Amino acid sequence: MSEAIAASGAPALLRVENLSVRFRTDRGMVRAVDGVSLHVHAGETLAIVGESGSGKSVTALSLLRLIGDNGEIEQGRILFDGVDLGRLSGAEMRKVRGNRIAMIFQEPMSSLNPVLTIGKQVAEPLVLHQGLSWQAARKRAVELLARVSIPDPVDRLDSYPHHFSGGMRQRVMIAMALACDPKLIIADEPTTALDVTVQAQILALLKALTRETGAAQILITHDLGVVARYADRVAVMYGGRVIESASARELYANPKHPYTQGLMASVPSLDSDPGRPLQTIPGQPPDLANLPPGCAFAPRCAYARDLCRQGKPPLESIGPQHERACYGYE
Amino acid sequence: MSESAVAQAATAAADPAAGDPLLQVDDLKVHFPVTEGLLKRQVGTIKAVDGVSFKLARGETFSLVGESGCGKSTTALAVLRMQTVTAGRILFEGVDVTHHSAARMRPIRRRMQMVYQDPFGSLNPRMKVSAIIGEPLVIHGLAGDREAHRARIRELMALVGLLPDMADRYPHEFSGGQRQRIGIARSLALDPSLLVCDEPVSALDVSIQAQVVNLMMDLQRRLGLTYLFIAHDLSVVRHISNRVAVMYLGRIVEIADRDVLFNAPKHPYTEALLAAVPVANPEIEANRAQQIIKGEVPSVRNPPSGCHFHPRCVHAMPRCRVESPALRPRDDGRLIACHLYD
Ligand SMILES: Nc1ncnc2c1ncn2[C@@H]1O[C@H](COP(=O)(O)OP(=O)(O)O)[C@@H](O)[C@H]1O
Ligand SMILES: Nc1ncnc2c1ncn2[C@@H]1O[C@H](COP(=O)(O)OP(=O)(O)O)[C@@H](O)[C@H]1O
Ligand SMILES: [Mg+2]
Ligand SMILES: [Mg+2]
Repeated sequence: MSEAIAASGAPALLRVENLSVRFRTDRGMVRAVDGVSLHVHAGETLAIVGESGSGKSVTALSLLRLIGDNGEIEQGRILFDGVDLGRLSGAEMRKVRGNRIAMIFQEPMSSLNPVLTIGKQVAEPLVLHQGLSWQAARKRAVELLARVSIPDPVDRLDSYPHHFSGGMRQRVMIAMALACDPKLIIADEPTTALDVTVQAQILALLKALTRETGAAQILITHDLGVVARYADRVAVMYGGRVIESASARELYANPKHPYTQGLMASVPSLDSDPGRPLQTIPGQPPDLANLPPGCAFAPRCAYARDLCRQGKPPLESIGPQHERACYGYE
Repeated sequence: MSESAVAQAATAAADPAAGDPLLQVDDLKVHFPVTEGLLKRQVGTIKAVDGVSFKLARGETFSLVGESGCGKSTTALAVLRMQTVTAGRILFEGVDVTHHSAARMRPIRRRMQMVYQDPFGSLNPRMKVSAIIGEPLVIHGLAGDREAHRARIRELMALVGLLPDMADRYPHEFSGGQRQRIGIARSLALDPSLLVCDEPVSALDVSIQAQVVNLMMDLQRRLGLTYLFIAHDLSVVRHISNRVAVMYLGRIVEIADRDVLFNAPKHPYTEALLAAVPVANPEIEANRAQQIIKGEVPSVRNPPSGCHFHPRCVHAMPRCRVESPALRPRDDGRLIACHLYD
């Protein structure tokens, strides 16, 4: 799918260029995102994978300017549907948020108001953003809840979030995301807190909805199985940088960054050889407040040379739709 | 045959090392009262574990899998006698420990230890690593003289791959993977034969998870340990286990050797569970039939009648609604609780 979209030459729906984000913390300045470039086409699912602390969520949040008071976008351009989001005023940005770009988080409870009914929460944005009457908005809310397969949607309008299971809350979040027909859905570990059968339901639902509406999806996850099942393309992050990106098939068949190779080899899979020692990546993930001067992976990399400890390798094309940030070991 | 006699016949048939299991659990039940109001009037019962039977052969890894709330942790705690047992029997090293007093449990507890999911939560933040690892020895009066105690701590640290100079540091100075090593070293201090591991790698990043999985498998070989292993990541379970039991709402629905279970799941719930797990290979995923199970696990407070799984089961028959299937042995050595196979 991604090949077809890229080959059509259509401009990307979202293009992020050289984005850097830093935070003021009591341990000093922390650069959580360091020169990230990405793009997503309409109808495509881009997965961002990486271990915890690699900068996945901050990347997503900074697209929507949601990084909080101690954070700062140092540089970079975010082009969405032809508009440079960096030039938008706060009010204009609020219109993009939840309207053209919707975000779904790991813990839906933190995005839902516990003292308001589900019906009110799904209907309210329709009244505020789309000018619907409350009556029309409630009717639309029922349609949306049905669309995300919530049983008895009419009855559920008057329920409160705590009456719902984790999976059902996540469906509500998706219904709210869909309410405004977004062009891009960003789902940040949407199923990490859910059981595997519910995860399968939610991710299949998201995939089906993006397929129906032609919206693009950025799916943030640390699960390489989820990536393999649902993503068209993948960006792998490490230490705040994208270190490799390719179509999902290409990345799994042909990982080219030593970190990606190590990651692929270290997950047991339902089709791998059980009982044998797993391959491991020696050492620990980097501390962003204390990054080495060169490639963040160099201290754990079997191929690291002096060059790798001095400069940060840029993300460069190494094949059709395949990019890697590595000085090379071949 | 009574229900428990059936359960017993079932475990006997699935016994991989006939005769002398390290642990035997017969028809275990752990029920919790549901109370209401100030007077704590009982209004219902949560049958968290409802008639579970299995045996662990010495040196094997036996895993419990199933979705959250199905009773894995409660089973584990009951085995360790850290949870009151409502009914059933627990035999450890041939001794019925079901009704042992705390005092009689003490020497036995040394032989069965727990490894927790959250190493940080289970470690005292104000204790040095050496004190954390050595504490069980002190509690059980086995610390010996100072030099011997320190030597044993050094030995335990080396065993799990911690460097000697880490002994004087505090837990917060360690990463998640290293904290899990500290937790494992502590659980090994008393030289146990059984380690009950409740989600020991679930909180770790994949590259670190691989290190801890390898360590656990290596320790098992070197020390002859038996593991009762709980994890929700089925890929990890497949990698580490000899046999696997699948639980649903407090009951075991299938027990089989690792390869038998993963290559050809038979219980409709096992099938659905395995189908839901994505494989880290896009080629395989693209060609996989994606039959996604409908609905969610019902409340354990009010489970469906008959076979608990029947409302979600694509093969459900009228009988399934009324009659709870017993866990019975099949030709290939596995046990299944399903009317389809009766
Ligand atoms: N509001 C914040 N203040 C300070 N540091 C932050 C903040 N948000 C994120 N960080 C830091 O940025 C880094 C990347 O975080 P994040 O993007 O959340 O990682 P991921 O989503 O990949 O797990 C982490 O080291 C985190 O501690
Ligand atoms: N102390 C308790 N009191 C009441 N209910 C409990 C208690 N411990 C566990 N439960 C309930 O028993 C069921 C099984 O829980 P648990 O064994 O923790 O499941 P798992 O480990 O498989 O996720 C759950 O519904 C849980 O809420
Ligand atoms: Mg995150
Ligand atoms: Mg548990």
